[in-house]
Amino acid sequence: MRERNSDNHSSVLRLSLIPGLGHLVLGERRRGVHLLAFAMICVLILTSTWERFLEAFQGSAIDHWIASLFLVACLLSLSTFSVRDVRRLVTLGDERVQSKSPLRIALRRFQANRLAVWSLYVIGALYFIAILTPLLTPYDPSAIEDVLETRYLAPSTAHLFGTDEFGRDLFSRAMYGARVSLSIGLLAMLIAKLVGTTYGSIAAYFGGVVDNVLMRIVDVIIAFPTFFLMLMLVGVFEANLVVLVLILGLTSWPGTARFIRGEILSLKEQEFTESARAIGLPAHLIIVRHLIPSALSPVLVSAALAVAGMIGAEAGLSFLGLGIRPPTPSWGNMVSAGSDALLVAWWVAFFPGALLTITLIAFSLFADGIRDALDPKALMQRFV
Amino acid sequence: MGWYILKRLLQAIPLLLGIITVTFFIVRLAPGDPMDIYLEEDRGQIDPQAIELLRQKYGLDQPIHIQYVKWVANVARGDLGESFRYRRPVSQLLAEAIPYTLQLTILAVVLDALIGITLGIISAVKQYSVLDKIVTLGSLVIYAIPGFWLALMLVLVFSVNLGWFPTSQTRSMDYGFLSFSGKVLDRLWHLVLPVFVLGVASAASTARYMRNRLLEVLNEEYVLSARARGFRERVVILNHALRNALIPIITIYGMKLPFLLGGAAIIESIFAWPGMGRLAVEAVSGRDYPLLMATITMGAVMTVFGNLLADLTYVWVDPRVSYEGKKQR
Repeated sequence: MRERNSDNHSSVLRLSLIPGLGHLVLGERRRGVHLLAFAMICVLILTSTWERFLEAFQGSAIDHWIASLFLVACLLSLSTFSVRDVRRLVTLGDERVQSKSPLRIALRRFQANRLAVWSLYVIGALYFIAILTPLLTPYDPSAIEDVLETRYLAPSTAHLFGTDEFGRDLFSRAMYGARVSLSIGLLAMLIAKLVGTTYGSIAAYFGGVVDNVLMRIVDVIIAFPTFFLMLMLVGVFEANLVVLVLILGLTSWPGTARFIRGEILSLKEQEFTESARAIGLPAHLIIVRHLIPSALSPVLVSAALAVAGMIGAEAGLSFLGLGIRPPTPSWGNMVSAGSDALLVAWWVAFFPGALLTITLIAFSLFADGIRDALDPKALMQRFV
Repeated sequence: MGWYILKRLLQAIPLLLGIITVTFFIVRLAPGDPMDIYLEEDRGQIDPQAIELLRQKYGLDQPIHIQYVKWVANVARGDLGESFRYRRPVSQLLAEAIPYTLQLTILAVVLDALIGITLGIISAVKQYSVLDKIVTLGSLVIYAIPGFWLALMLVLVFSVNLGWFPTSQTRSMDYGFLSFSGKVLDRLWHLVLPVFVLGVASAASTARYMRNRLLEVLNEEYVLSARARGFRERVVILNHALRNALIPIITIYGMKLPFLLGGAAIIESIFAWPGMGRLAVEAVSGRDYPLLMATITMGAVMTVFGNLLADLTYVWVDPRVSYEGKKQR
């Protein structure tokens, strides 16, 4: 056993410095192909955008710099992961055990859901492209040339999505729009879930008067149609990117707060809590170590849905001209610009909206997949 | 029942007070007072004295706690203030707009119930069939499509290219010359696209929910016993299972109201529909704070009463929930 390992060990490890090759040699086809494909894509992007990649290190905009660095980091971490994983496979050898931890079971169940896996790929690809945008865009998204010549050009190989009223390339703009929409969605979701979880567990922990007051506040906020609340806030505060993230996040937490509170109150009665109390764990540690983790898996599902909700809300606000303002592109305000030109140039409204739709569908299929994986009995989509 | 309704109404009062308070303070959180912001673009062109007069007229020169008390008292008396832009009482503007929004939302709910509940039943009864798979996947996809984009694409296809439906507005140019039935038809004609966009997304979520409820109920013992007693499958599903599965749907419709109102804000703006949502959007972009505060408050109040109505229906329909039992929970 040991001799066989030491024979192959170093050569396989050296091979797996090129992501995926090691896995292929060991017969791990699936993972090997994935790793190799991902690495190939990175290399392809790197070589085809080589000049722009170098530009980043000669003092240009920060997002450009991040994009280049990200690409390098991707390649490096792919190699590292590949080597580590191969080492794990080799040292474990035939003694590899199929572990059955809850997480692993959930993971396997998720992988069996092909739609969910594909939607995860789509989401991953969207974020990947969003980060690399400065390297990938074929045109400057705000470059205006001879407007009379370039305005409202139909989709073609030169302009995949056509051009808008100022002759700007819609494909490039849509990529920059993806950055705005995707990052807003993620950040706003994080704010909402963090605030909601903290708030809900504080209410459940203190109970009594505090709980009562906190939950009455939640009742009031929930009574507002969320979109109306957002409308009011963008009316009051000048909406730039940061403010918009805050507005979206801080209007959407009460559902989570109410849910977490209910969950913690019911978990509090269960035996594992009692046993934790019996061994003398202080109450706040019981909450943080035992109760919140147990209540978190439904929150995970609603988090994926919430990202979609936030992206949708941002797009809605921007569509109404109240969110991200032009010239900064966001999918919402691009569709809005296209709605004025619907008769002459359908593509202006179509493509950004289609991307938005694909993103939202991917998130909801993904959320559906996690829900089924974590709890096959979980029934309805939650309105959290 | 009468007492129960009264009690629930009384319980709603602090909630309503909370809503009015939140709207007031959010608007006042803004730097500068509403009049400053409203007139921001014209600054320098208006005599400062005139601005001061306007401020007095709207009571903005008083300390904030007095303004707050006045706002609460006025709302309680049904006086929602006067719009900066329209120079008319906001309550009048709302009274004109709300019927249009109700037309849209009520018809959307009807459409939702027709499509959503039917599809939900079919896909539960034929679980794992091709149809079931189409419904479950299709409802997820349709639910995810952003309403404003769907609306634009439908307008592009059905109004612009095919010319089947009007692109916007509530009625045609020649509305005044139509006969009565012509008028009704004309109105309905204009309602088709907006109601469809608003209703179809919400139908998608209903279908999904209905399916899961019915599947759950079909596992209950009383369904088994009905089958054992030899009822036909049709009777078992329609009389025994469906009735019980429908009860929780009531709550879902109560919860949907805020989403419908929010959706209406966008749909109304696209279809130039003179409802409450468009009024809210106009108020935001025009910085018309009295109008904004009033429409948002109204939206929340409608939600509260919608939920109340759903709760009451629930208690009325489900004999297992007694008023006292409901109280204890």
